[in-house]
Amino acid sequence: MTSLLSRFGATSLTARVALGVTFLLTFGGIIVSIAAFAYGREAARSAYDRLLVGAANDIASAITVVDGNPVLELPHSAFELLALAPDDRIGYRIVGPNGQTLTGYDEIALPAGLTGYNDVFFDGAFFGEAARYVVVSRRFAERTWSGTIRVVVGQTLKARNAMAVDITRKALYVLAASGLAMMLLAVLVVRAVFNPLKRIAGGLAERDPHDLTPLDTDVPRETAMMIQALNAFMGRLDRQMDSMRHLISDTAHQLRTPVAALRAQADLFSDEQDPERKDRIVERIQTRSASLGRLLDQMLSQALVIHRGDSVRRERIDLRDVVLDVFEEGDHAVLRPDISVVPQLADQPVHVLADTTSLQEAVKNLLSNALKYGRAPVRIGTTTENGVASIWVEDDGGGPDPEILSALGTRFNQSGLSRQNSSGLGLAIAHAVARSFEGQLVLETHGDRTFRAALCFPEIKAEAA
Amino acid sequence: MKGILCKSIAFGLWMLATFSVPAMAAEPELVEQYGAAAAEQTLIVRSTADISVFAPVVEAFLETRSDLTLIYEQWGSNDLYTQSRAECREGEPVADVVISSGVHQMVKLVNEACAQSHVSRETEQLPAALRWRDELWGISREPAVVIYNQDLVPPAEVPKSRFDLLDLLRPANTPYAGRVATYDIERSGLGYLFAFVDAQEASTFGALQEAFVRTQAVRSCCSSDIIRSVADGRYLIAYNVLGSYAQGYQQQDDRIGIVLPTDYTLVLSRALMIPKGADNGAAATDFLDFLLSPEGRRVLRQALLISPLLETEEGAEGETLSSTALRPIGLSPALMVARDQLTRETFLKRWRVTFPGP
Repeated sequence: MTSLLSRFGATSLTARVALGVTFLLTFGGIIVSIAAFAYGREAARSAYDRLLVGAANDIASAITVVDGNPVLELPHSAFELLALAPDDRIGYRIVGPNGQTLTGYDEIALPAGLTGYNDVFFDGAFFGEAARYVVVSRRFAERTWSGTIRVVVGQTLKARNAMAVDITRKALYVLAASGLAMMLLAVLVVRAVFNPLKRIAGGLAERDPHDLTPLDTDVPRETAMMIQALNAFMGRLDRQMDSMRHLISDTAHQLRTPVAALRAQADLFSDEQDPERKDRIVERIQTRSASLGRLLDQMLSQALVIHRGDSVRRERIDLRDVVLDVFEEGDHAVLRPDISVVPQLADQPVHVLADTTSLQEAVKNLLSNALKYGRAPVRIGTTTENGVASIWVEDDGGGPDPEILSALGTRFNQSGLSRQNSSGLGLAIAHAVARSFEGQLVLETHGDRTFRAALCFPEIKAEAA
Repeated sequence: MKGILCKSIAFGLWMLATFSVPAMAAEPELVEQYGAAAAEQTLIVRSTADISVFAPVVEAFLETRSDLTLIYEQWGSNDLYTQSRAECREGEPVADVVISSGVHQMVKLVNEACAQSHVSRETEQLPAALRWRDELWGISREPAVVIYNQDLVPPAEVPKSRFDLLDLLRPANTPYAGRVATYDIERSGLGYLFAFVDAQEASTFGALQEAFVRTQAVRSCCSSDIIRSVADGRYLIAYNVLGSYAQGYQQQDDRIGIVLPTDYTLVLSRALMIPKGADNGAAATDFLDFLLSPEGRRVLRQALLISPLLETEEGAEGETLSSTALRPIGLSPALMVARDQLTRETFLKRWRVTFPGP
């Protein structure tokens, strides 16, 4: 059964449509056949019932009263009418007011409780064969004779059944023809439906391997969904390739200068004879290589953040956990044991859609910036305000220079800083993380001395989760 | 043909003893046995046709079936109807085949589920008007004719149609007064049928009936009596005589002339049915298929039961009839009207006014 199901999963769409249409036609066909037969029977019944009534009325109107006695000469026309059902036997009975049979078949029993004067149909038997009868009443009020005479006329059911079968058969012919037409139509429709898919596949196959531009979305609505997903996927691929390219060029750009400086110092060192100078050169080489190490760390973390921002699935996370994680990791105690870091957490969970690792990286960078350039006390915390959740680092320094702030976010802004023993990548990383998760990096100075670097994101309400 | 014929005449009493016909039942007019006496199978045919007319047909059939003894009973049509109906109600049919010229009676019997059904290539070739429910089949074609005495009726006065007959009877001192004969419809099922269909067919019959009253026409019981009386000159003209008998008589005695009325001629097909539960139904269907086969039709034509009179149309000799003048009496449930008790009484009452008791 499961193998059957899995095989069905791989069945072609055409086969599925064919299967569906076949099922539909089969069940529809059965239902329509039953309906057609019911309709045929009803039509045959009403048609031949009218014949019966016609014949019965014909006979009833031929009854006359002569010399105080009802007299009847059966009208030939009535029987001609009944003979329209050529192979059916005819039963009739003329019943007088006291229930005595004036003429016809005594064998035909009247239904019980026959009182009114309306035409009454009933089913019965006629010499062992099923038959249908009608009773028509005629009232006489002559001087010499009065009373009600009932005329019962009936017929066996051969013609009715033949007509019902005939109607059903014709309906089935029409049904079969329309079923065939529907099948044909379904094939055409399926072909037409799959045409866009073929076109898309053909377009993709013909593409240059490096061409990641969006596909034409001028396609049927149902396939547009697929195309959009494909385009989004290609966009992400494109961005990742972009950032990789940038990373490579950044890395090359940023590493070239310090490595060249190191080599120069090393050259100087080998040429230098004066031990005192040599010591100074060694000291400079140490500083430079430490700075290069930091730069490498930051660049790698930036690469990590940029990569994760595009490739990692976003999760609902609590910003307070991020704060606690960073705080408990205790980098700050190693970096600047003299400065105390104070966590300030909101009472309620602060949920955003983001990636924990990226956020931790960004916050760590902000924290290390604060430790490096700011003044104690350094605070780290979360707040929510007007649907904006933020995670921030605050210190009592005046913040960076306005020109550094304005250049923030561009890729080479750190070049100016890199020559000093730090990298300016910290803010750039935070900025990139903020952007990857639809947030922003806000740098504000409160009052004279408080500088706050905050990552603000749209808050996810707890109940909306 | 005569060689294999073993012919013996038996009487009603013999029949009564051998076949245990209910004691109160009517009796056949004549019984004959054909075929080998020691044959293992017996086929009982009851028919209104005169034995002498039907014998060649029976003999031709028996030539194809040497294992069969065929007992042929000749009945009056009313007796045959009454007897068949009674046996049908009791569920013990004696006859294997019933053939009657009173087709309205046969229709009524079939209507009462007294017949069994049979379908074969031969029956399917019959026109729809000559079969009903595949239980009743018309096997012969016999016109209802006017016959006259060749010597006593001047050629100029021979009635070609019912209108001519009316004209003959119209003068106050017509020589035909009291010398026109027709069936006694109370005693002859066939006569009743012809009269009844006449009444349906045209208004001429009313005028004719009135003329019969005025000229004191004579009613007679049986075909052969009427024909012989016309030949003898006792009657000058007889109306509605079965053409097959008239022509058969004419072949031996040309004192009579035959006229197919040109206004319309009724054509009777004797009806054959196989009673439900017949002892030898298989032989009965064989007999039916034989009668409808080309060979059977040839023999029937020789026996004048498929009348050559109706085929003169093609020969273009003598008096020809347009096909519209031929009115076959079809086997239809509408014929039951003729058998209806009250209708029959009303019709006969009018008849009795025409022909007051003897």
